[in-house]
Amino acid sequence: MAIRDYIRERFFPHIWCPGCGHGMVLNGLLRAIEKIGLDKNEIVMVSGIGCSARIAGYVDFHTMHTIHGRALAFATGIKMSRPELKLIVPMGDGDALAIGGNHFIHAARRNMDMTAIVMNNRVYGMTGGQYSPLSGYGTMSTTSPYSNIDHAFDVVELSVAAGASFVGRTTTYHAKQMADILGQAIIHKGFSVVEIMSQCPTCFGRQNRLGSAIDMLEHFKENTTPIGSKAKQKNPDLIERGIFVQKKMPEYCSEYEKIIERAMVTVHHRDRRGHREYN
Amino acid sequence: MNENLKFIQGNEVCVEAALYTGLDFFAGYPITPSTEIMEHMAKRLPKIGGKFLQMEDEIASLCAIIGASLTGHKVMTATSGPGFSLMQEALGYAIVAEIPCVIVNVQRGGSSTGIPTHVGQGDVMQARWGTHGDHAIIVMTASNHQDVFAITVDAFNLAETYRTPVILLFDEVVGHMRERIFIPKKGEIPLVERLRASVKRGVDFHPYLPREDGRLPISDFGGVNRHNVTGLAHDMWGFPSDNPQVVHGLIRHLVDKIQNNTHKIAKYKEYYLQDARTILISYGSAARSALHVVENRRSRGEKLGLLELQTLWPFPYYLVQEKCADAKYVVVVEMNMGQILQAVKVSVDRPERVFLANRIDGVFITPTDIRNILRLIEGKGV
Ligand SMILES: Cc1ncc(C[n+]2csc(CCOP(=O)(O)OP(=O)(O)O)c2C)c(N)n1
Ligand code: SF4
Ligand SMILES: [Mg+2]
Repeated sequence: MAIRDYIRERFFPHIWCPGCGHGMVLNGLLRAIEKIGLDKNEIVMVSGIGCSARIAGYVDFHTMHTIHGRALAFATGIKMSRPELKLIVPMGDGDALAIGGNHFIHAARRNMDMTAIVMNNRVYGMTGGQYSPLSGYGTMSTTSPYSNIDHAFDVVELSVAAGASFVGRTTTYHAKQMADILGQAIIHKGFSVVEIMSQCPTCFGRQNRLGSAIDMLEHFKENTTPIGSKAKQKNPDLIERGIFVQKKMPEYCSEYEKIIERAMVTVHHRDRRGHREYN
Repeated sequence: MNENLKFIQGNEVCVEAALYTGLDFFAGYPITPSTEIMEHMAKRLPKIGGKFLQMEDEIASLCAIIGASLTGHKVMTATSGPGFSLMQEALGYAIVAEIPCVIVNVQRGGSSTGIPTHVGQGDVMQARWGTHGDHAIIVMTASNHQDVFAITVDAFNLAETYRTPVILLFDEVVGHMRERIFIPKKGEIPLVERLRASVKRGVDFHPYLPREDGRLPISDFGGVNRHNVTGLAHDMWGFPSDNPQVVHGLIRHLVDKIQNNTHKIAKYKEYYLQDARTILISYGSAARSALHVVENRRSRGEKLGLLELQTLWPFPYYLVQEKCADAKYVVVVEMNMGQILQAVKVSVDRPERVFLANRIDGVFITPTDIRNILRLIEGKGV
């Protein structure tokens, strides 16, 4: 199927600013889906609120644009009720890890089969450039006009610690790697997290004097390196890209099938009060 | 012994009724005095191949059932005041996106964390207006177990009919009390099943274009029609829109589909109203004490009657006006500072004749409490 067929052309043009990284994530995601050859009817995309979250409106899958921070909770209900569906959950950095941080760690812990994508532009883009839990110390934003003293999460470390069975990171500059990691994350049976460093030239870029969208992409190229590279040993400040975790773990919906089997076995036992129970 | 006869808690009755309607998905977070609902669900659902989830909080619980409803399942969550507060944003989402679901709030006493193991009815107005923005909502309640069963089934039927969340506003007394109940046989109470879109694959599908009768067929996630669901103001494709005409149409549709059908949605019971000079209006467990007072006074020849409301919202203003037209006094009996009292005053022709008999201390309102108010009104002193 051609990439175009995955898109709802009726709803274009999109709302993103020129140079915004979120459109590049959409591109990478659709290439990954096309390569796997998924049917549009088997995919459900659930997003929250933010510039990033608008991605759901533009794709011709079953799509749900929900409320800020809660996309994973909605996705959990959909997946649990129809485990055969493929769940893709794109989120902004604020969406996923500020207001939605609790849902994020619990979804990772449960290991229900779905793909969480953190479109990390280190800022609240939609509301005009306030700092997020991923902005990091020393960054500027409309709510940290004298510099930010909040420290950032490391999405990868957080996801690993919370129990995600697949964890990857890349950037919008690395389009091929993005499609590749997203593809592997979607195929992975379990909870997968892909952090995609994305540029917001309108807010984070301007506020932190990072130049144009092109400059910001160059910045991703220069400040990241493949996992375990020599460059990383020389310069520990480089951010690693690649797949950090990819392991087999019991998947939640499959585990629940076992619960159903166990519950369905007819039990004849006496409860504490001595009443017989037949169910 | 009749196997359909049970002696169980109200919370368990609610579970039985939900399963009776075909519910097969529940998500929740423990909170007194509603926890028994989720415990029974955890035990019962897997036995019928249904799904049970204990989520990380009440927000996630409501979000999860909304998601599951979109795949075509009948769904429910249960909570009490603090959890109900957390659910308000997602509740508004389900209203605007028109996703059927049932939310049980077994009310506790007090405000904030309050008195968890005691009774109250302080969430009546929150159920009406807790979520932001203009909207209509269906809120139902019951005073005894047989009615808890019927009203719970009703809640699921209304959720499907109007594609909307329905709130079951029970209280600690009804939830925890044990009482006899006959579980109706399958088929005895009619069930409303989901109205599904019949649009064929490839035909332009308008998920938010109501039929002529106002009903909105739904297409399950995973089915042949793909569409967008959003809490933003949206057009007939479910796509965000800020076109004033579209936004106006959406809000009117959401409000009208419920308000204009108040006469069909409003459930109530009446006792001795024909010739009543004093009418008590009550609901939930408080109505038990009110009925006790009425029957007691009737046996002495006094003309008291009871109007027991089972649908609180949309409020049946016309019904209250009509029933109270000839009453000398109207006394609203509730366990809050007068939340239904206000609606009753708006309904009747002579609001100065409407009084409140209430308790707000977590203690179940007794017939004596009501009698004391009656004596005051009648000028007899307490
Ligand atoms: C409950 C709630 N709080 C706040 C907002 C306002 N809000 C909308 S988007 C957003 C942050 C978006 O940032 P992010 O998730 O990083 O997405 P981006 O726009 O950067 O892609 C906020 C705070 C909201 N919609 N809902
Ligand atoms: S504000 Fe930033 S994140 Fe939002 S669309 Fe513009 S560039 Fe993208
Ligand atoms: Mg952001």
